[in-house]
Order: sequence, then C-alpha cells, then structure tokens
Amino acid sequence: MDAPLVEMKDMCISFGGVQAVDHVSVDLYPGEVVGLLGHNGAGKSTLIKILSGAYKADSGEIRINGKEVHIHSPRDARAQNIETIYQTLALADNLDAASNLFLGRELTSPLGFVDDDAMEAETRKIMGRLNPNFKKFHAPVKALSGGQRQSVAIARAVYFNAKILIMDEPTAALGVHETQMVAELIQELKKQGLGIFLISHDIHDVFQLCDRIAVMKNGQLVGTARTTDVTDDDVLGMIILGKCPEGAIPGPGALVDDTVVG
Amino acid sequence: MSDTALSGPKSPTARNLFAALQLDTRLLGMIGAFIVLCLVFNVFTDGRFLTPRNIFNLTIQTVSVAIMATGMVFVIVTRHIDLSVGSVLATVAAVMAVVQTDVLPPLLGLGNPFIWILAILVGVVVGVLIGAFQGWMIGYLGIPAFIVTLGGLLVWRNVAWFITSGQTIGPLDETFTMIGGIGGTMGETGSWIFGVLAVAAALWLQVSSRRRKAAHGFPVKPGWAEVTMGVITTAAILAFVWVLNAYDIPSARLERIFEARGETMPEGLVMGYGIPYSVLLLIVVTVIMTIVARRTRLGRYIFATGGNPDAAELSGINTRFLTVKVFAIMGGLSALAAAVAAARLGFSTNDIGTLDELRVIAAAVIGGTALAGGVGTIYGAILGALIMQSLQSGMAMVGVDAPLQNIVVGTVLVIAVLVDIIYRKRTGD
Repeated sequence: MDAPLVEMKDMCISFGGVQAVDHVSVDLYPGEVVGLLGHNGAGKSTLIKILSGAYKADSGEIRINGKEVHIHSPRDARAQNIETIYQTLALADNLDAASNLFLGRELTSPLGFVDDDAMEAETRKIMGRLNPNFKKFHAPVKALSGGQRQSVAIARAVYFNAKILIMDEPTAALGVHETQMVAELIQELKKQGLGIFLISHDIHDVFQLCDRIAVMKNGQLVGTARTTDVTDDDVLGMIILGKCPEGAIPGPGALVDDTVVG
Repeated sequence: MSDTALSGPKSPTARNLFAALQLDTRLLGMIGAFIVLCLVFNVFTDGRFLTPRNIFNLTIQTVSVAIMATGMVFVIVTRHIDLSVGSVLATVAAVMAVVQTDVLPPLLGLGNPFIWILAILVGVVVGVLIGAFQGWMIGYLGIPAFIVTLGGLLVWRNVAWFITSGQTIGPLDETFTMIGGIGGTMGETGSWIFGVLAVAAALWLQVSSRRRKAAHGFPVKPGWAEVTMGVITTAAILAFVWVLNAYDIPSARLERIFEARGETMPEGLVMGYGIPYSVLLLIVVTVIMTIVARRTRLGRYIFATGGNPDAAELSGINTRFLTVKVFAIMGGLSALAAAVAAARLGFSTNDIGTLDELRVIAAAVIGGTALAGGVGTIYGAILGALIMQSLQSGMAMVGVDAPLQNIVVGTVLVIAVLVDIIYRKRTGD
C-alpha cells in the first residue's frame, strides 16, 4: 500500500479550557475520500481547520507524504497544496467571482499590477467546466445564488492543483441537481489521485461518496471504518452513542461496555 | 446584467442606453446632485457662484480635505475609522514649518531651492510614522480604531502645540507656499499642455482596455458607446482647464510679477491662472490611489478584508499588517494635506486642520463609502469633498447665518447616506 498522503497524529487543541480536539489521529490516502462525522461541536471542523492553517494545534504531528510539516497559516497550507472549501465558503461578498477565485494569489501583469482580464478569462474557463450556466462574472458574489457561490468556492479549491482537498459541508446549501454535480466532481478528483476530507451530516451522502469514515464525539475519535464494512445504523450508533461496531477500528473516544476506553 | 445588455440590439434605445454605456449610476446621481446644487447657488448669488473665479477658489479650498478623503476611503473600507487626521495634519504642519524656518535655513541658507521639498519629505515621513504607529496599535494590539484615533485626536493636536510652543510659525518658504493654491499655478499654456496630455492618457486607457477585453474574447461595449464616453471624458477635461484658465490674474498683481523679474509688463496683457499646483497634486494623488485601489494586490486585499475579514485571513492575507499599511497611507496623505493647508495660509497655526477629521469622513461617506466596509471609490470621495465645500462656500456667499450653515451641512450628510441606503436596497448592490 502507498504511504498516506496526510497523517495527523495525536492532534490536540483547546480553547479556554475546552478540549476541542483531544488526541485525534486520522490519515488519508491518495485517491481516497474520508468522511468526517459527528455532532455539531464534535470537533471535526476544528480538526480540519488545523490542517488548513486557520488554527494552530497545541500539540500533535502532521505528515504529508511521510514528511513532517508545520502549518502555521493558511499560506503554509496552500504551499502544501492543501485547499479548503469552508462551510461559510469564505468569500469576500463585495468582490466578483474572479477576484474571489484568485484572492491571495492574483495573476499580475509584468509590471506587477493585478490583471483582471486574465483572471476573468481563467475564471470563465474553469466555470465553463464546473457550472456551465454561470454567467454573472461581473456581479459581486453576494448577488449570486447559493449554488453559484458554492461553485465559486469549489472552483477556487480545485483551480490551483490541489493534492489534498478539505470540503466542509460542500452540499449543505445545494439543490438536488447541484449536489449531483458535486458528487461527480468528487469522483473525478478521486480519479486524479487527490485525497479528500469530507465533512458532512448527510449519512446518505457519506455512504455514496466516501471510502472510509472517521467519527468524532466530544473532541475525541470514536473510530474509523471502511464504508463497506459498516451499516447506516452502525454509523449512527458511533455518532450518537460513541459505540464502535465490529468492523471499525476503535479510537480513544470509543465506548466499550458503556465506559470510555481512554 | 451587463452581459445581457451588451448582447442586445446595437442601436441605442432609451432603455438600454445607460446599460450600454456601463456608467456607474451612483456616480451619475452624485454628479447630478452636484450640478443641481451649483445651479441653485448660482441663481441665489445672481450668477456669482459659477464664475471662473469662484470655481477656482472652490477647487483650491477642496484640495486639502479631498487628499485626505482618498485615504479615508481605504480606512473606512477596511471597517476602521480615523478621527485623528486633523490633528496629525496639525503636527505635520508644525514639523514642516519648524524644519523650513528654523532647521534648514542655517544649514542650507535662506531661500535655498531644496528647502520646500526637504520640508515636505520630512513631513511625509512623520505622517507615515504616526499613521503606521496608530495602525500597529489597531492591527496588532487589537485596540479599536475609534479609540486609538480618538486618543490621537487629542494627542497630536497638542504635540503640534508643543512643537511650536503655541506660536504661529511663519512666514513659510516662498517656494513651499506655491503648493497652497493661488500662489502657484501652471499658467495658461502649461494648463493646456496638461489638459491635452490628460485627454491622450484617458483615451489611450480606454482603447487599450477595449483591446485587452477583445483579445480575451469578452463582450465589449458597442462602438458608439465607446465614442460617446471618449467625447464626454475629453470635453470634461478640456472644460476644466478652460475654466481655470479663464480666471485672469488681476493686472496689479501681474505688474508686480513682472517687476519682480525686472521686466515691464506689456500694455494690455491678460494672463489666466490656469491649474494650481495644489490641484495638480490632488489629481496625481487621485490617479495613484485609484490605481492602488483597482490594480494592485494591496487594493484588492483592502477591499477583500473590508468585505469579509475572515475570508481574507483564510486566503492568506496578513490583515494585521494590512491595517498598518492602510493607516500609514492615511498618515502620509494627511502630511500632503498639511503641506497644502499650511502653504495656503502661508503660516502654520495652532488651529490648522481643526474639525478636518469630520469633513474628511463626511466627504468619504457622501461619496458612497459604506461604514459597514468593503465599498467605496476614490473619485466618489473627491466628489463628496467638492459637494461639502460647495455647500459651505455657497451658503456663505448667499449670506446664510453661520449656525444655519452647519445645520444644513449636517442634515445633508445624513440625508445623503439615507439616499445611498435606499439606492443600494433598490438595486440590490
């Protein structure tokens, strides 16, 4: 088997005495989709924000392609080809699609000025692939529909040759048709060998899209499992009760005979 | 919206005319309001408001506040405020006055041609440092901009007092006073040359922008719309130059100028003032600030941060350092405004720039800068400053009582913002 693309080992972070992420270890292989599941406040978004550079972990080790890396800022994460689609989308509402797509990585002319026309041309190209109906290239993104905004955020993540993609609730704001488009996109990116962390509340989505799942509860890892080895009910049990079924690998947060292991 | 308008029929109909020109309707509304204001004052002053002389005076009175208003746009766009600009102006004016009257003459000799530029350079450095320091407290220490600059309002006003021991410093260097306004103008020929160069630059920008768009295969405006825009721009620039040239230098003053050069004035000679150097400075500042806002990463990050600070941060933008830069720019522009204001008076006084912070903020806000952040234009702020100044000097000319003048200005500020809010709601902009 290949070396894992991403290994997060013993990650810990706390905010004012609350242990938001408590000794969590997860990994991700190339061409694999790993679903992160758990209640609101289980710590999945926080864990993922450590990888994307938004938060700095208190302790733990991140390895990418087997090499230890230090991610202190979103810039560091981008340098490792980690791209993130945030739940809030993280778009500057007052700017147009092209400005958002290239925010922080603007194309510039030889004189160092921002080259809006070149960026618009690139934006038209990638949007033509992702969302051919997208026409509002000059409107600020706040004038766009939820689906259109989502496609801008997705375009930003996939445009820059990401190796590792983090998707935080990518389909929460989308209709049936657009959700299907995202599913197809994920399949295509998998084929290209990307590793994808997918945060979702939709069990159906997770079983359709993910190869493995990792369930968190109260900041701890309940367990990880292949989606082929567990059932819907097993996963719900992991999320709600923290009960690790057979076929899953228990983590420190798993219940064994109604007591926590760790 | 603009895309569909462009693919529509090419012939101009009333409905798509404005859409095809792709004009900023907010800007049009502001220009319309400004024109109505000028016409009303012109009627009430029996035609004295729209004379070359008064227009000339209006432009030079607006420069100091307008220069600072361009910087205030960046400050407000990033969701901050700067209440200290009037006091920073006073401190910098005091520094520049002391440098050119006390420090440099013994070193370089009185009347040395480098005194003015050195004084301004020192002033700009001081302004940038003060601004950067305030920006550092706001960005890195997390003190709200309102508090930092409210403190600055008190501190810098009185630092100025200590620098000058409360005295009025002057007279200032003769070359230095030329950037104050009427004391230094480009003359008729110089102004026409500038006007023609400006027209050439504007048209070249228009053509090259169209070419670039066409090269990428984007929809472009119909040809007639481009021509109309070009004609409007050209007419506006040349009309501006013509008006400033039409204000003649009084013959007595002209005689003195010739005497000073040791020449005699030819009989019946008439010379216009032309564009004042202070207005030239404002034009240069406007062009540079507009380029920064629209064509540089710095400008893009300023607007992105104003629109969504979290998104900017997650995109790898160092929003703290950005705050320092924005306030440093504001400080530098306050210094330039200080040079113009002090040069216009010929002295540095204790109360120089008093209440300027309010005029500057009002100019930016009337010009369409939203206090919620993320929205604002440089040209809007200039127009806002012009509207404020026209209101005040127009009312003074009409003979409105001083207290009533301020009541009107205050009311206009609030109504302008209300109209802007209604406009944004209607257009969903």
